[in-house]
Amino acid sequence: MALFGKRSKTHAAADTEPADLAAPVLSFSGLDVKFGTEFGTVHAVKGIDIEVRPGEVLALVGESGSGKSVTSMTALGLLPGNARISGDITVAGKKVRELSPTALRRMRGNDVAMVFQEPMTALNPVLTVGTQLTEALELHGVAYGRDAEKRAAELLTMVGIPDAERRLKQYPHEYSGGQRQRVVIAMAISCSPKVIIADEPTTALDVTVQAEILDLLRSLKTELNTGILLITHNMGVVADMADRVAVMYKGDLVETGPASEVLTRPTHEYTKRLLAAVPHLGARDSAPPESIRESAAPAVRVDNLVIEYQRVGKAPFRAVDDVSISVNKGEIVGLVGESGSGKSTIARCALGLIPAKSGTIEILGTDLLSLRGKELKGVRRRMGVVFQDPASSLNPRLPIGDCIAEPLDVHKVGDARSRQARVMELLDAVELPRSVFNRYPHELSGGQRQRVSIARALTLDPELLVADEPTSALDVSVQASVLEMFTTLQREYQFACLFVSHDLAVIDMLADRVVVLQNGEIVEQGERTQVLQHPTKEYTRRLLAAAPVPDPAEQRARREARYELMKELGEKSHELNIA
Amino acid sequence: MTDQPNEVNPPRAESLMPGDERNAPSPMPGGMVGLMPDKPQKSYSQGQLVRRRFFRHKGAMVALVVLVFITLLAFTSIGIGPIPGWWGKNYTSTGSAIDGGRPTLGWFTIGEHPFGQDTVGRDFFARTMRGTQISLIIAFVVGIGSTIIGTVVGSIAGYFRGIIEAILMRLTDLLIIIPLLVLAAVISARAGGSGIWALALVLAAVTWTSLARLVRGEVLSLREREFVSAARAIGTHPARILFRHILPNTIGVIIVSTTFSISAAILLESSLSFLGFGVRPPDVSLGLLISEYQNAFTVRPWLFWFPGMFILAIALCVSFIGDGLRDAFDPRQNRKGD
Repeated sequence: MALFGKRSKTHAAADTEPADLAAPVLSFSGLDVKFGTEFGTVHAVKGIDIEVRPGEVLALVGESGSGKSVTSMTALGLLPGNARISGDITVAGKKVRELSPTALRRMRGNDVAMVFQEPMTALNPVLTVGTQLTEALELHGVAYGRDAEKRAAELLTMVGIPDAERRLKQYPHEYSGGQRQRVVIAMAISCSPKVIIADEPTTALDVTVQAEILDLLRSLKTELNTGILLITHNMGVVADMADRVAVMYKGDLVETGPASEVLTRPTHEYTKRLLAAVPHLGARDSAPPESIRESAAPAVRVDNLVIEYQRVGKAPFRAVDDVSISVNKGEIVGLVGESGSGKSTIARCALGLIPAKSGTIEILGTDLLSLRGKELKGVRRRMGVVFQDPASSLNPRLPIGDCIAEPLDVHKVGDARSRQARVMELLDAVELPRSVFNRYPHELSGGQRQRVSIARALTLDPELLVADEPTSALDVSVQASVLEMFTTLQREYQFACLFVSHDLAVIDMLADRVVVLQNGEIVEQGERTQVLQHPTKEYTRRLLAAAPVPDPAEQRARREARYELMKELGEKSHELNIA
Repeated sequence: MTDQPNEVNPPRAESLMPGDERNAPSPMPGGMVGLMPDKPQKSYSQGQLVRRRFFRHKGAMVALVVLVFITLLAFTSIGIGPIPGWWGKNYTSTGSAIDGGRPTLGWFTIGEHPFGQDTVGRDFFARTMRGTQISLIIAFVVGIGSTIIGTVVGSIAGYFRGIIEAILMRLTDLLIIIPLLVLAAVISARAGGSGIWALALVLAAVTWTSLARLVRGEVLSLREREFVSAARAIGTHPARILFRHILPNTIGVIIVSTTFSISAAILLESSLSFLGFGVRPPDVSLGLLISEYQNAFTVRPWLFWFPGMFILAIALCVSFIGDGLRDAFDPRQNRKGD
């Protein structure tokens, strides 16, 4: 711990100084990046200036394609060969573009380190965690052999992984998602870099784990005085972490300033729109739904459902255990839970895509699990489905028009002319221009593709729609417009809907009733207002406490409340654990 | 015709990064803005994109031209079946060897026997052309036949899994572990005498294995994609899912593999003929020509060189075309390394 102890002591003085007096550890000035492609040049970053000071978190915010990841990659000199870069990039006083490959390699890790989005792919699955941690230490000459192993164990302890010596010998797959991200952070801080670039570090994680990782990252800047460039699209994370915010839009920097300023009083039109689009937990009026539809017959009735996955050489894995849910006609039921809670498994089973071990699923009055062939097809005619990933849920070889007409074709409804008319009608309904009829999925943006998915789901006027995380792969502003459209369509077509999401705020916006799942079991279910505002179960309370909101002051209060809750539940702090 | 005001649609610079699978199969930054009202842009289908990239591949284009030229030359010169060609001699009639059968082909002259004559005075140009015809027929029949068998076996095994997959893939493994040449030699010796079409079908029946495994792998990954789940969820028949949704997406793998199996078939037929199991005299193939005159190499080297060059040219052309197609179908080929 010697090294870190010293570092934090020497910087103790610096901590008391106002941050803006210290020299920036990472700065971009006039950064401009172009990519040469088959279809001409793409101007990804258009001359921006950003500075990150020691002990400061700068959040770089923007939608996909705004150039935020490209910006961060230039700091590491990691752009592909077709990029043309101009402008100055300075990391800890060194001009990145003037460095030789050797010097660049030395800089990566020593001066600047990276925390990636997906911890599973950032770690090598065939090497032990110990090997990967010591490799970084030995490459940069921090420690060798036994010393390196000792340092690695210290690092794991620091990032909050208990029993470090034993766990060093384990492989990445033996760690949970959050622990893997902790290992990635341990690797990043192993050579005590002056600045850490965190590219969407919590996007792949569950909300409670996200809160833990953010606690850890936050303690890095105070304990080690590291500058952090945080790239994210989640405004809640920004409010929770950032000192300053830089908003990027189409390669331009449209607004910079302190987090409290930008998030509460945005000046640029785009920032305002971005913030308005963030779904806000508790924003919807708390009045009970205008029409209580209890008298209506259920569209879906799931009783004592058990789903098991067979595993070779092991006992079957029980993904869903004794779950009973019902969705009334014209009602949206939100299925919420963290990854591994079985929410998507239930949705897929309700679609008849995977078999159930026991229990019954009654769809529109018929038992789905006993149906075969023609009868099953008949029930499926009355159902629609929207999946999570718009890039994968449309057949890349079919034009949009054919894609939306596919259900009509499969169920032999109408002739060519009436089908086309129906497709046009649906394109209007999902607010897409009619000209996309002849386009291919790859020509559309993610949000447009998801609209096509929704149109396809509505083609046969379904009585039931199963939506499996339909907006989680989209940008916030796109998500907002898709959700708004979804609500309008639901009001118009009055379909029952099983809506799966991990995002409590999205569920809060849409659902009439909420079912909270954990490890394949129902924790709590009931009316939306009751579950989300007056949760009775501990797990629901933790979920709600961990979801960040895009207002720094409110988020600070929520954080304090979460710490209280953690104390109450006897959970230890997730901050950097310096012995 | 206007886009959503709050749904921005920027060119996706990030999708240019290698390893970004989310935008595969075609991250097309130019097309992303295709729906902006004020910027009308040409819409490319997947097929058009592939064609565009293929036509830009110089090696493949040259190879395509050469292959078409060789094919036309082979089929028009001595004719096919009852249709006569423009070359006056045929590949069977003997005559006296002029000047020891030396080739008369000069820099600017063709002469009486451009490729020379063999030991019994047969015109070697006609023989080479006939050999090329046979080799091309065998190559394409084998290429197409093995592609059909491989695709059907691979896609059924990959889509249905379970017992069907076990049976089909063990059958494939069985064929793979027997040396190809031995298998082909034994079967074609049995089917011998029933002509080149039978031989081609035999070769197709033993060379589909690698494609079956490739297609199975592709289908295994595609069947887990959400558009397949979506198709199943609306009640689509498995055959329709397979032919409309899955197979069109494996077309890249299939076409590329076909071109390689075509060039492999030419070489396989040459080896078989060389060993005496392939095409039987009096008919000729390029491989048979070489084996027939292997002893004449020292005294009459042209009898070896001409058919040899044609085998080489055809195999190279097909390989180059395959290369061009592979590049064209690979979505990462989207960027220009400048």
